[in-house]
Amino acid sequence: MLEIRDVRVHYGAHPAVDGVDLDVGEGEVVAVLGPSGCGKSTLLRAVAGLEPLTDGRIVLDGRDLGRLRPDQRPVGLMFQDHALFPHRDVGGNVGFGPRMQGLPDTEVQARIREALALVDLVDTERRAVQELSGGEQQRVALARALAVRPRLLMLDEPLGSLDRALRDQLLVQLPDVFARVGCGVLYVTHDQDEALTLADRVAVMRAGRLCQIAAPEVLWRRPADEFVARFLGLHQIVDAEVTAGAAATVFGTIPVTDVPDGPVRLLVLPDALEVADDAGEGEPGLDGEVTRRRFSADRSLLVVAAAGREWEVPAPPGPTDRRPGSSVRLRLHPDRVHVLPGPSAQDHAPA
Amino acid sequence: MSMRIGRGVLLGVPAVFLLVFFALPVGTIVLTGLRPEGSLDLGVVPRVLGDPVVRRVAWFTLWQAVASTVLTLLVGLPGAYLLARVKFPGRAAVRAAVTVPFVLPTVVVGSAFLAVLGPRSPVNTALTAVFGEGAPSLDLRRTVTAILIAHVFFNYAVVVRTVGGLWSLLDPRLEEAARTLGASRWQVLREVSWPLVRPAVASAAAIVFLFTFTSFGVVLILGGVARATIEVEIYRATVQLLDLPLASVLALLQLAAVSAALLVYGRLQRRVTAQPLRSAASTARPPRTMGERTFLAVNLAVIAVLLVLPLAVLVERSLATDAGYGWDHYTALFGSTRNTVLAVAPLEAIRNSVLYGLAATLVALVVGGCAATVAARPGWTGRTLDRALMLPLGTSAATIGFGFLIALSRPPVDLRGSWLLIPAAQALIAVPFVVRTLLPVLRSIDQRLREAAAVLGAPPRRVWREVDLPIVGRALLGAAGFSFAIAVGEFGATVFLARGQTPTMPVAIFRLLGRPGIANFGQAMAMATILMAVTAGAIATIDRLRVGQVGRF
Amino acid sequence: MRTPVRTTTAAALAAALLLAACADDGSPTPEAEGEVTEEPDEGDDSPPEDLAEQTTITLVTHDSFDVGEDVLAAFTDETGISVDIAPAGDAGATVNQAILTKDDPLGDVLFGVDNTFLSRALDEELFLPYESAALTEVDPQFVLDEEHRVTPVDFGDVCLNYDVAWFEESGLALPETLEDLTADEYAGLLTVMNPATSSPGLAFLLATVEEFGEDGYLDFWESLRDNDVLVTDGWSEAYYDEFSATGTGDRPLVVSYASSPPAEVYYADPAPEQAPTGVIEASCFRQVEFAGILAGTEHEAAAQRLIDFLLSREFQENLPLTMFVFPVRTDAELPEVFEEYAVVPDDAYQLEPGAIGEGRDEWIDGWTRTVIR
Repeated sequence: MLEIRDVRVHYGAHPAVDGVDLDVGEGEVVAVLGPSGCGKSTLLRAVAGLEPLTDGRIVLDGRDLGRLRPDQRPVGLMFQDHALFPHRDVGGNVGFGPRMQGLPDTEVQARIREALALVDLVDTERRAVQELSGGEQQRVALARALAVRPRLLMLDEPLGSLDRALRDQLLVQLPDVFARVGCGVLYVTHDQDEALTLADRVAVMRAGRLCQIAAPEVLWRRPADEFVARFLGLHQIVDAEVTAGAAATVFGTIPVTDVPDGPVRLLVLPDALEVADDAGEGEPGLDGEVTRRRFSADRSLLVVAAAGREWEVPAPPGPTDRRPGSSVRLRLHPDRVHVLPGPSAQDHAPA
Repeated sequence: MSMRIGRGVLLGVPAVFLLVFFALPVGTIVLTGLRPEGSLDLGVVPRVLGDPVVRRVAWFTLWQAVASTVLTLLVGLPGAYLLARVKFPGRAAVRAAVTVPFVLPTVVVGSAFLAVLGPRSPVNTALTAVFGEGAPSLDLRRTVTAILIAHVFFNYAVVVRTVGGLWSLLDPRLEEAARTLGASRWQVLREVSWPLVRPAVASAAAIVFLFTFTSFGVVLILGGVARATIEVEIYRATVQLLDLPLASVLALLQLAAVSAALLVYGRLQRRVTAQPLRSAASTARPPRTMGERTFLAVNLAVIAVLLVLPLAVLVERSLATDAGYGWDHYTALFGSTRNTVLAVAPLEAIRNSVLYGLAATLVALVVGGCAATVAARPGWTGRTLDRALMLPLGTSAATIGFGFLIALSRPPVDLRGSWLLIPAAQALIAVPFVVRTLLPVLRSIDQRLREAAAVLGAPPRRVWREVDLPIVGRALLGAAGFSFAIAVGEFGATVFLARGQTPTMPVAIFRLLGRPGIANFGQAMAMATILMAVTAGAIATIDRLRVGQVGRF
Repeated sequence: MRTPVRTTTAAALAAALLLAACADDGSPTPEAEGEVTEEPDEGDDSPPEDLAEQTTITLVTHDSFDVGEDVLAAFTDETGISVDIAPAGDAGATVNQAILTKDDPLGDVLFGVDNTFLSRALDEELFLPYESAALTEVDPQFVLDEEHRVTPVDFGDVCLNYDVAWFEESGLALPETLEDLTADEYAGLLTVMNPATSSPGLAFLLATVEEFGEDGYLDFWESLRDNDVLVTDGWSEAYYDEFSATGTGDRPLVVSYASSPPAEVYYADPAPEQAPTGVIEASCFRQVEFAGILAGTEHEAAAQRLIDFLLSREFQENLPLTMFVFPVRTDAELPEVFEEYAVVPDDAYQLEPGAIGEGRDEWIDGWTRTVIR
């Protein structure tokens, strides 16, 4: 449906977007994930027509958008920090797009009601936008973008400024809204949780280029490079030496496939390690000492010091007596270890 | 209790200022006129108002002011947008340059316009060069068109500074949001930008209207003798004919019209929508599309022809000598070839102008700062004060100047011959600009910032210093620059009050122009060029100070 | 919560600004020093003559007034009287301002009332009579007030000026009378000023009144109007913007002064052999300027000394090159440039001040209706 082909946006000599290829399919939610300043917002603005392209093509439904002005493009854009019109009430904001399309007033009103219903804000038309809470403003902004019935909905850090509870609530509601609207969605965020939760596919962006485009599980299991891994919050990376299909690591030797001999970096996924006092000597693993316990979201983790660094391991269920200071043995599941390509291999990242 | 004192001072300072330096002088002169034999005689009112000549003058005054205002907005609003939102090399210089006309004495500008609009103008030279001898020749001298063009020339800066000031602080994403929602550029302008900048546009329109409604020199020089505004008639009645009853009725008529205009302005102003403002540095960006570059080019061309060309003519004349070009007039101006008491010593005139200007700026900032703080609060007191302070802009300089002389040279306010009268008269004109500049910023300060400072342990005075001052400070600086420029350029009232040995630059120019001898004319032009340079320099310095401070409103 | 913080803030803002304002009071400002030092002398009630020894008096005058620095300094050295000069606009404005403020006069002596406004000033009883001893040296034709409420100081003629080069090139003969100006060959050549707003403009109107009489002058002006006369509001626009000899204008005839040609020579560098402009003597109207002691002055004695000074030879001989007018003293010598380039027409028009006072407003009104409405 949306095809972005070799798009470049330069500010003077500085390339903000430096050759991006990306597709969004019908009804598909694609998240662009990257640190601030990586060019992801600029990419959205380019698709919306707010930034002129230095090079490349953007095609929507077979139509080249290049010649169309922003107001002629069938896209909806929800801005970071909402950008609601302060001089109009909720209805005025949501109904703005339909009015611009020249719809009759009854139709405009219907669109307003429909869009507000989608975001669960029925009967708020006459309220002033300044009176709304942050979450409500967020939803009005979404409703405003939806009211034009865009072919492509774009959201720029939509949950950026919300508190956790509200964010979690919207993370549950948004897929529902996306499903009901049925258009393509391009979602920009720097939060991997949001991206992995909402998107059908995630594109990780760095310095104006895409490093990897993949479904969330693929991305999580097989990040294309160390940057992607670290940006996803995967920090357990170890050095290893590969000799004839076997990698020598601090955990012992583990089998690897299709990896040429030589030094490599291995990503140890969070669920690759477990506490296993019963583990045999032949199994890959490590002895260490519990330093502390910590909670992350709904999980309880043990922080274990071993081989000169700290590891995070899911704590065994049930009551436990593994206090800080007690010894522990970790077992490594070799199938949950991912070989990271060297920096030069970035361009050949698996899709 | 300190709260009450604060309120009293805030309201009292501008109120007393207005009472002493506006209501008292104007009231005195009007009453003197209406009591020719010591008792009130209102019979003159219907007599004057029934006079067909007066009616024609009133009608002309009104329609040329409306036309000038509309025209100035049409030409100035794109310029305001350009200078607020588009980054291009030389922007600061252009911004300073467009402010210069506003402070030039009309007698100098009138002369430049006669040259630009006459048969031997550069425009006609260009036409002849392109189309040959048979080219149409434009001669706009002594036409209404000339008046309107000159009014745009003078007031362009008002629109650019008043509207552009707010525009540069508006979040550009509001306009972008509208674009992605399907609004064309025109619709964005109408549906989003216009409602948001409307208060500033109303302010600018009100100021331009008041200025052009009371236009004097431009109408006299460019309009030809057959055209007169109420202002011109007041001047003639007061200064030439000494027909004070006539002058009083005309002054009342002018006051009534101006008050009506201010009421309309108040309606346009209504309740301003609070909106998040951003730092000016973050909202401007270079032109990137073909359309944006064209927009830039067209506007710069307008500025070049409308504003820079007449100024260039002045500079050219200041350099023209019998033998081509040279610095002769400048050396003559600075050399003491004539040892007379009132020979214009340029350095002294500059010094006088600067000192009076600084004093006037100070007065305007104090009075305007208090008034803006009061007006930023909801309630009728502030609104009324705000509008009352604009009245002097719409009042005849002759009325004010003569009023100063009569009313302020006897008890209870005896300032006879005091230098204070000059900055006071200048501040009268500058105060409305200070209020206009400070008001939107004061209204937009986020209360949470003050609360944050208070929570972080700042006592109230400290909160003011740490939060309000840095935010208002920039606006205050801008207001100071504009006040200074206005004060330096003020002529109408100053000419009545300036003492012989301490002329200001405009007075010095006027004096030079009043003498025969082509060298005096050249020196007047040289002095005008110096005035331009001083003004542009002051404005550019202050703009630079503002730009240098990066921050978020 | 909201209001208190706001109020305090605003109060602090105002207070800071006020403090700044007060702090600045100490800094020097133009005029301030000069005035303060003079003040103590005015407090005591010593006899007038002693008072005059060390006082400052204010000379209210028009914008064109000027005097040589050393000439004025010599007066101050000799008498101990400092003179503060207060220009108040053009000649008409100066008189009107004095009338409006006559209860609390802005100065002690007024210089610059001319014969066209004299009757108005006398009717308003602006001046105290004073007969200067130096009047004996003055050409009696200028002493127009027998009560000596005003003293003549200078005179000058308002005349048509012409562009010498233009007339040489075109071969057109110069107009010899006012009547000539209505002839076809002079169509579109003349610039005059509005008598309602310009002092030379009024003088020229008065010349036409005297020439054609109260019944005929409007007919003359009607013919002038039909002959495409150009009217400007002030002298400088006419002289510098419309007159072909001195500016970018294209009209070779303009109402100006008999002293304009010497001024053109005097200010030109290098000085030309011949003046670029000339005077048509048949068109001249004589203006006489007077000075008077303003009633209500607290320094009458000093004011009298100033009047004497205005008639002194030093001041009188200084007049031509500072104000481009002629001295009224018969024994005053003219500077070379005046001897050579200036003309003093023998039979300039000169209406009697009383007649001007009675007719002026009506004549201006008639002119306005005929020429520009």
